Amino acid sequence: MSGTSHLRRKWFNRLMLVLSGCGAGLAIMILGVILGYILVHGISYINLDFLTHAAKPVGEAGGGMRNEIIGSLILIGLASVLAIPVGLMAGIFLSDFASPKIAATVRFAADILAGVPSIVVGIFAYAILVRPMHSYSAVSAGIALGIIMVPIIARTAEESLRLVPNSMREAALALGITRWRAVLGVIVPGAITGIVTGVMLSVARIAGETAPLLFTALGSNFGFQGLTKPIGALPLQIYHYALSPYADWQHQAWAAAFLLLLLVLGISIVVRWVSGRRHA
Amino acid sequence: MNYSAPDILPPPSRKGRIFGRHRRFGDRIFSNLTLIFALVIVAILLGLVAILNIDAAPSISKFGLSFLGGTSWNPVTESFGALPAIYGTLLSSAIGVLIALPISLGAAIFLVEMAPSWLRGSCSFLIEMLAAIPSVIIGLWGLYVLVPFMRPVETWLGGHLGVLPIFRGQVFGVGFLTAGVILALMIIPIITAVSRDAIRAVPDHQREAMLALGATRWETIRRAVLPYCRSGLVGATILGLGRALGETMAVTMVIGNAYKLTASLFSPGATISSKIASEFSEASSGLFIASLVELALVLFGVTLLVNVVARLLVWRLTAVKAAGE
Repeated sequence: MSGTSHLRRKWFNRLMLVLSGCGAGLAIMILGVILGYILVHGISYINLDFLTHAAKPVGEAGGGMRNEIIGSLILIGLASVLAIPVGLMAGIFLSDFASPKIAATVRFAADILAGVPSIVVGIFAYAILVRPMHSYSAVSAGIALGIIMVPIIARTAEESLRLVPNSMREAALALGITRWRAVLGVIVPGAITGIVTGVMLSVARIAGETAPLLFTALGSNFGFQGLTKPIGALPLQIYHYALSPYADWQHQAWAAAFLLLLLVLGISIVVRWVSGRRHA
Repeated sequence: MNYSAPDILPPPSRKGRIFGRHRRFGDRIFSNLTLIFALVIVAILLGLVAILNIDAAPSISKFGLSFLGGTSWNPVTESFGALPAIYGTLLSSAIGVLIALPISLGAAIFLVEMAPSWLRGSCSFLIEMLAAIPSVIIGLWGLYVLVPFMRPVETWLGGHLGVLPIFRGQVFGVGFLTAGVILALMIIPIITAVSRDAIRAVPDHQREAMLALGATRWETIRRAVLPYCRSGLVGATILGLGRALGETMAVTMVIGNAYKLTASLFSPGATISSKIASEFSEASSGLFIASLVELALVLFGVTLLVNVVARLLVWRLTAVKAAGE
């Protein structure tokens, strides 16, 4: 082997390793730029009015997103109430009761459902709820978001339940208790960290979902008027205000983005902290 | 790995079911109850497919296959064709993957093969945070920061590479290229996370054998590590593609909403999802709505195909790994 070839290999090695490092650096830099911009830009428009006042008509100064903040919380709550029981029970079924064939079918369905674009889920909710009820409604939006949550919760619950050692199951049965009590009293508590993590991840995912709300929740100029009426939500308002020509509204979009980002990233950090502790 | 977890969970390995047989009454009720909830998931999926087909039926029977090839979208004359939307979806996603792939692959290689462990954890975390930013917020950022930034970039590209038809035409800032860049930002985290897991799954003896032969670290990565996990890397890319195809809000906000077929990447355009997002709530006539639903059906079909292929590729690798251990 000649010296020049050796040198060339060495330099090529260095070059490619540096390029890989640049990939990582670039990815993180992009994140830093986006996050930093939204946080710095958004926080400058946050004030007490924004949090405690309802939206005002064009031209009037002030106004805020109180209604949309409450609306988002209602939608998240509604979706969670619907999705958590379904997801958790399906997870229990997959990990402990299913025969391999049915389990594969359900798992496949859950994975496909998780990959369905959220706007298609919105059309589905529109077709089964909005059209028959002749009104855009909070409940249709809650169901659309719930459909997005279910597969995430089911698959993470299944995974965490599987991590509970079989000796726990055997020990529970050896005590003579019934299987359903063993599941609810021993197995689920043993996997609760993972289950809660999955639920929180799914909440972080739907908190910022906008596409399925476009033709279910629609948005509303008023506060909460009941589950069968249109409802405002933070991500929807960001979308509408961002595309509006009014500087005042655009500023509010940034403030709302800041708030939403704080919620979503807060959840991610807590999840990271909890699951990191579990593995440690 | 948290954010991508539901996307890439492999089918679990077979394990004896301790709770499989149950004789007691309460147990039978409980296990049937869990079965019912599990079937809800299957029912939602089947219902979704059925509803899409039923609601798209007027459009399917009126236009037939010409819907896919038609280029006009005119609610007044009720003539609807999907080709510009399909073209826009594929084009913006392809640009996104082309930009995201080298960055993600480099980042994944760096994270597994080079980064010290303290850096590895925090870098992975930061990249996953990018995945957590809601689409509409990326869109807001794109509209007010990226679009003004892209105008001089596109002017420069037009000036220097204008011989290619894709870099010709008027510069708006919004358009296919900007949408592609936004999509790249959004799929970098998932491609990075999945390829990182694939690279990590390569057993160390592969690396050690190559290094023992006198190979440099890059040669080891290039000839021993990457070929070993090729199917995982392809799966990661396709998974990213699936994400890009269905992405709605951010793309709708920066693509400019024009309905045309053009080679120019600077031109405003539309994707399937942006078309639905911007028109569905205003659609009045039955055929208009049916055509939008048929668009959704096309999108569903494409993402379904892409996701199934990606999952099979990623799973095959993890199965190989499980068997090797």
